[in-house]
This record gives sequence, structure tokens and C-alpha cells, in this order.
Amino acid sequence: MNIDWPWPWLPANTDDIAEATGEHLYLALLPVLVGLLVSIPLGWAASRWRVARGILVPLAGVLYTIPSLALITLVPLVLGTQIIDPLNVQVPLAVYTIALLVRSVSDALRAVPSEVTAAATAVGYRPLHRFLTVELPLAVPVIVAGLRVAVVSAMSLTAVGALVGIGGLGQLITEGFLRNNGVELVAAIVLIVVIALIIDALLLLVGRIATPWTRTAKGVNS
Amino acid sequence: MNSAFAWLFDPEHWSGPSGFPARILEHLTYTGIAVLIAAAIAVPLGAVIGHTGKGTFLVAGLSNGLRALPELGLLTLLVLLTWVGLLPLVISLVILAIPPILAGTYSGVRNVDRAAVDAAHGMGMRGPTVLARVELPNALPLIIGGLRAATLQVIATATIAAYVSLGGLGRFVIDGNNAGAGSPDGYPQMAAGAIAVAVLALLMEGLLELVERLVVSPGVRNQSRARRAVRLRRRPTTDLVENPT
Repeated sequence: MNIDWPWPWLPANTDDIAEATGEHLYLALLPVLVGLLVSIPLGWAASRWRVARGILVPLAGVLYTIPSLALITLVPLVLGTQIIDPLNVQVPLAVYTIALLVRSVSDALRAVPSEVTAAATAVGYRPLHRFLTVELPLAVPVIVAGLRVAVVSAMSLTAVGALVGIGGLGQLITEGFLRNNGVELVAAIVLIVVIALIIDALLLLVGRIATPWTRTAKGVNS
Repeated sequence: MNSAFAWLFDPEHWSGPSGFPARILEHLTYTGIAVLIAAAIAVPLGAVIGHTGKGTFLVAGLSNGLRALPELGLLTLLVLLTWVGLLPLVISLVILAIPPILAGTYSGVRNVDRAAVDAAHGMGMRGPTVLARVELPNALPLIIGGLRAATLQVIATATIAAYVSLGGLGRFVIDGNNAGAGSPDGYPQMAAGAIAVAVLALLMEGLLELVERLVVSPGVRNQSRARRAVRLRRRPTTDLVENPT
């Protein structure tokens, strides 16, 4: 097989590339967001009740072990979606995000010093208010670390969806492969990696801004 | 659901060169080759980096940078560039497997109790001997942890091999997809293949956990039993570099 490098392909197809990129972002980022929102209450439950932890953490381990192509393929079987429903890619990505974050969130919440929660209770915080304004912010560095892994992995895993006909930049990879179009293939790979690294850097930044106290302590890196 | 299991347990699909046993063997062969090569590169490299403390940036940089790389893209690109049989697959699987093994070996060697290392020096051992006789045995749990993470990622990614006309369990998913959703060999075949891959990954995970228990020296095991118990329970996001696969 020979590879071609038709460079004019690139400027001639910017619209398609932009559309595929947008689709890729939608496919990859929405599940991570949903996963984050779901894993906070689950992580809280796991940090609070031993039984919840005993169920959720091993379950997360098992789900995390299942290969992505298998999970993508099995979603229609389990949820009854169509074979080329975007949900087939998004549900597994959300599952991976939850599996990754539940333990991080629960560990981070358990690591909040009891003096801190006791002090917050003493000055009149009610449980929900205390959770949202004291415990959760203290868990942010750990959550952001997990989120960075989740989002970068989601960006590259979304490409696998192209094997079962679900779009995004993965389709430029399969199309480039079938047409021996090296430009298309490399453009898709570079876009996935670069966007993933940009989002990763943004998350790092957001994490830093959201936790100003970590920078005032000498020698402590977030 | 039933048609998938019917496909999976159909005796016809359990014999011959395109039956499940043959595909599982191919899958495990790809995995074995890739993990062995990756280990041959990453274990010595990680041990030296952990022992000397030089090149630490390489460990963090590799694991962060490579996580973003789409395996499908890497594999198809290598196939177009080199086209020699198994070579592109093995290269891309090795690239995938190196970071977790490197990180495991590095952090294993790095986190060996300094008192043990000092004692070894005190007994007159030199650097390489300390590494081989003290640091590596102590680092074994984390090295095996890295190998386990790498193996699972490679098993997951080896399914993609079918897309570039190789074998392995991904064959069922790809062939089923090509057969069309309505065909009896369509979605049922895809789902059967997917179930087989998932079961293989879970079995491998259990097996490697067993190996870890058998191989690690009882001294190391007892000394760090509490720590390891915690680590085993929180496995999905250990300190090692683990990616969704």
C-alpha cells in the first residue's frame, strides 16, 4: 500500500474538517461533563457509606477494564439504541469518566480534615451548604486531576467510534486510511492531540484559579 | 440480546481459523508480543531512571503526551507507511504499552524505602547490585501493576487490528459491522465479539492479579500489605498511568 500526500486536500476541505472537529468535541466533551456531574453525588455516597463504597469502587474497576470498542458495540444491546446513535460512543465515555472520578471524588472527600468540617458546622453551615462551599472546593485539585485524564482519553477514544460508523475526527482517520490520504489522516491525528492538550491545559488553569489557597502554601503544588 | 448469545455459543463459531479459539489466540499473541517488547524497553529504562533520578521528565512527559494520541490514527498511519504485516500493529501497541510499564517501574524503584537502600550500601553493595538485589524486588508490586495496566490497554487496542485486515477478536466486530446491521451475521456477530473481548479483558485482569500475588516476595508483601490492600481496592485510578481503554 502506498501513501499519498495530496496537500491541496487540506485547504479544499476546511469546512468538513471544522464540522468533524465540532462533532468530535460534542461526542467527547458532553459525556465527560455528564460523567462529572454524576460522579460527584456518587463519590459523595461512596465517601459516606462503606456499603456504597464497597459496591461502587469494584464496579468502577470492572467497567473501566472493559475495552472501549466492546463497550461501544454493546450499548445498543443494553440500551436498545440504534447502531449508529451518537449515544453509543457517549454512554461508554460517560461510564469511563464516572468510573475514573467516583473513586477520586470519594478519596478527596474522605481526605478533607475533620477539623475543617467540624469548624464549618460550628459556624453554622448546614450539611448541603457545607458540602458545596467547603468540602467540594477542597476536593477540586483531585477532581481536576481525574478530569484531565478523562477528557484527554475521551478525545482519543472518540476516534474508535468511527469503526462502527459514528462520526467525528475518527471518520477522517478511517476515510484517510481507505483513500491512502496521508494528509487527511495526519490532520485528524494532529487535531485530536492538539485539541486534547489545549483542553488539558485549560483544565489545569481552571483548577489553579478555582483553588487559590493551594498557591499560598509554600512548597505545595496543586 | 438472545441473538448475540446464540451467535456467541454457536458451535460453528468455535472451530476453524476464524472461530473464537483461533481469534483469541491471535489476540493474545499480539498482546504478548507487544507487552514483552515494551517491557524489555521500559523496565530497564524505568529502573535506571528511578535509580539515578535522571530523566524523570521523560516518564511524566511520555505518559501525558501519549494518552492523547488516538491509537486508531497511529495504527492506520503506520500501516500506510510501512505495510509489512504485523509490524505496524506491534509498533503501535508497543508505543501504547511503554508508558504504564515505565511509570510503574520508575515509581516502584523510586519509592523503595530509603532505609533499605542505605542498609544495602552499608553492607557494601554497589549501585547496580543495589538496583538488582534490593530496589527491583521491592519495586515488583508496582512493576507488575504497570505490566497489568499495559496488558489491559493492549488487549483493548488490539481489537483495532481487525480494521487493518489483521485477526484478533476485533474481527467479529468489524466483520459484523461490514455485514450490515440487519444481517444475521451483522449485529449479533458484533455483540458476540464485543462480549468475548470484554470477558477476555476481565479474565486477564483477574489472572494478572493472581500472578502479582504469587510473584511478589512474601517479605515485600507483608511489609506493605496494608498499602497494597488500599491500592488493589482503588485500582481504577491508581497512581500509575491508567487510561480508559
